[in-house]
Amino acid sequence: MAVKTASGAPAALPAGAEAPAKRGFWAWLNRRMPIEEFVATQVTGYYAPKNFNIWYFFGSLAGLVLVLQLFSGIYLTMFYKVGEATSFDSVEYIMREVDYGWLIRYLHSTGASAFFIVVYLHMYRALLYGSYRAPRELLWLLGMCIYLALMAEAFMGYVLPWGNMSFWGAQVIVNLFGTIPGIGPGLVEWIRGDYGIADATLNRFFALHVALLPLALLLLVALHLVALRQTGSNNPDGIEIKAKLGPDGHPLDGVPFHPYYTVKDVVGIGVFAVLFAIVVFFVPTLGGLFLEAPNFEPANPLSTPEHIAPVWYFTPYYAILRAVPDQRLGALLMLLAVSAFIFLPWLDRSPVKSIRYKGWMSRGALTLFSVSFVALGYLGLQPAEGLYVMLARIFTVIYFLFFLLMPFYTRLEPVKPVPERVTYHAH
Amino acid sequence: MADHAVVADDEVDLSRRKFLTRATIATGAVGAAFAAVPFIESWSPSERARAQGAPTEVDLTKLEPGQMVTPVWRRSPIYVVRRTPDMVARIAGHDAELKDPESKSSVQPPYATNALRSRTEEFLVLVGTCTHLGCLPKQRFAQGELYPTWPGGFFCPCHGSRFDLAGRVFDGSPASINLRVPPYSYPNPGTLLVGVDEKGIA
Repeated sequence: MAVKTASGAPAALPAGAEAPAKRGFWAWLNRRMPIEEFVATQVTGYYAPKNFNIWYFFGSLAGLVLVLQLFSGIYLTMFYKVGEATSFDSVEYIMREVDYGWLIRYLHSTGASAFFIVVYLHMYRALLYGSYRAPRELLWLLGMCIYLALMAEAFMGYVLPWGNMSFWGAQVIVNLFGTIPGIGPGLVEWIRGDYGIADATLNRFFALHVALLPLALLLLVALHLVALRQTGSNNPDGIEIKAKLGPDGHPLDGVPFHPYYTVKDVVGIGVFAVLFAIVVFFVPTLGGLFLEAPNFEPANPLSTPEHIAPVWYFTPYYAILRAVPDQRLGALLMLLAVSAFIFLPWLDRSPVKSIRYKGWMSRGALTLFSVSFVALGYLGLQPAEGLYVMLARIFTVIYFLFFLLMPFYTRLEPVKPVPERVTYHAH
Repeated sequence: MADHAVVADDEVDLSRRKFLTRATIATGAVGAAFAAVPFIESWSPSERARAQGAPTEVDLTKLEPGQMVTPVWRRSPIYVVRRTPDMVARIAGHDAELKDPESKSSVQPPYATNALRSRTEEFLVLVGTCTHLGCLPKQRFAQGELYPTWPGGFFCPCHGSRFDLAGRVFDGSPASINLRVPPYSYPNPGTLLVGVDEKGIA
């Protein structure tokens, strides 16, 4: 990350001639790399709004889970053997014969679900407080890219153990590309590298899962943070704190990220780690939600599991796919449901950012949307029959109305006056 | 370039610089496009995968009326059903409930573009993957097995698509077209060869 020199910063190399040169290894290091300057501008000198609440834990937690996934994932590749004939057995080998292999694998599988939990809460925070609004549109779009890359990463990771749900999940998802008019069938064959989901498919998914997508994720996260440093964080009141500067040039309603929010984030990490450990040690499959039972059987191209459902984090979209009695339209609506978030910065026309000052229509719409998302997530886990399909259709309509009507209800409703300064009560 | 005005040493000919920049970018883009070809092509089915997609032979003499066998061709199960006269009779009479009763927008060779979707009345040959998203529809051949008016056919457990005994899709299914019919032929009366017909190997 390039850092602009703050006024009077002594770190630059040619400046060494003016001031008396500091001695010691630390000074030697800083004359060659702007470590102190980076900390001064980006950590202790980065001012974040002082009114952050519990919703502001999930960004740093997502970063923590990313590191956990990279670390546990690298260790899994030391024991995992990719291949139609070896993948399933090598995962069993990790679980039963590698010392602490079960722990490393459960950290990784639980980490995948934890990643989506914190990312969904992180995104919901943005919905609540209008963090996607100008000037943070690009920050939001980069976040959406992270979300899409994460979905691809999770899907391909789920294929690697080569259980029966891995196989049939891959079959269903890859066949979605076959619904594209004209190029569909050829595209599917190209993705698979064979006439069906096969060794070639597994091998390339492994490459993408362990190399290309993690690199892309790291790059996107870095860009997300750079964009955040440029605009600064939003806050529960949706007020720009940079508009009210103190005599020292820092925002009146801001506090340095370190030590104030590093300390706060450590508390969040502590609570998260306890919950995470409970799942890893006591309920690693979480009753089939985090790891599905059919995936403890090897892949069998001649036997579809009785009931195919993806892992919980994809089920809202999966329910939308199944709710539509037309293949192409179903796939299209599923794609639209995932990508609808991209357009939020331009759909929201409210004069205020935060839900605190929006009117009853926005509050009602967000409530209905939240209910729909959770309900679709539940319905996606159920068989596609009778009442479940009807309910999925109703919630699909509500899901899309939240986005389609947003330009209207955000403009028409009366809003509350926004305060000059953030709402904050000293503890 | 000779028609360019002569400029002094300390001036920059911006139009020339712009042209050269664009030409360099365009040349680089063409090079990048060519360089991408081998990487994209490498994902196509390999020679080995193609060789393993050779035609599959099925012995029909051991198949009893009303039974189904599922040989594999190109990694897909192939449903071979020996239909009884009663099963053939149950294919007629529900055209109004079908999405594509005459198989106009479905995938099958010309010799299977008929009401029974097969070369002969007796044997039905289908690709056993759902045209929705590729699950394996289960056999539900008995009349009334799914609901009282069910004429018998196939039911996909993944997303609930239903097909009749000719593989034609019912209204209200997420699948939009009938089950596919692979190219096939009978080299002799008791043998089915999937993947090859008059037109040669698929």
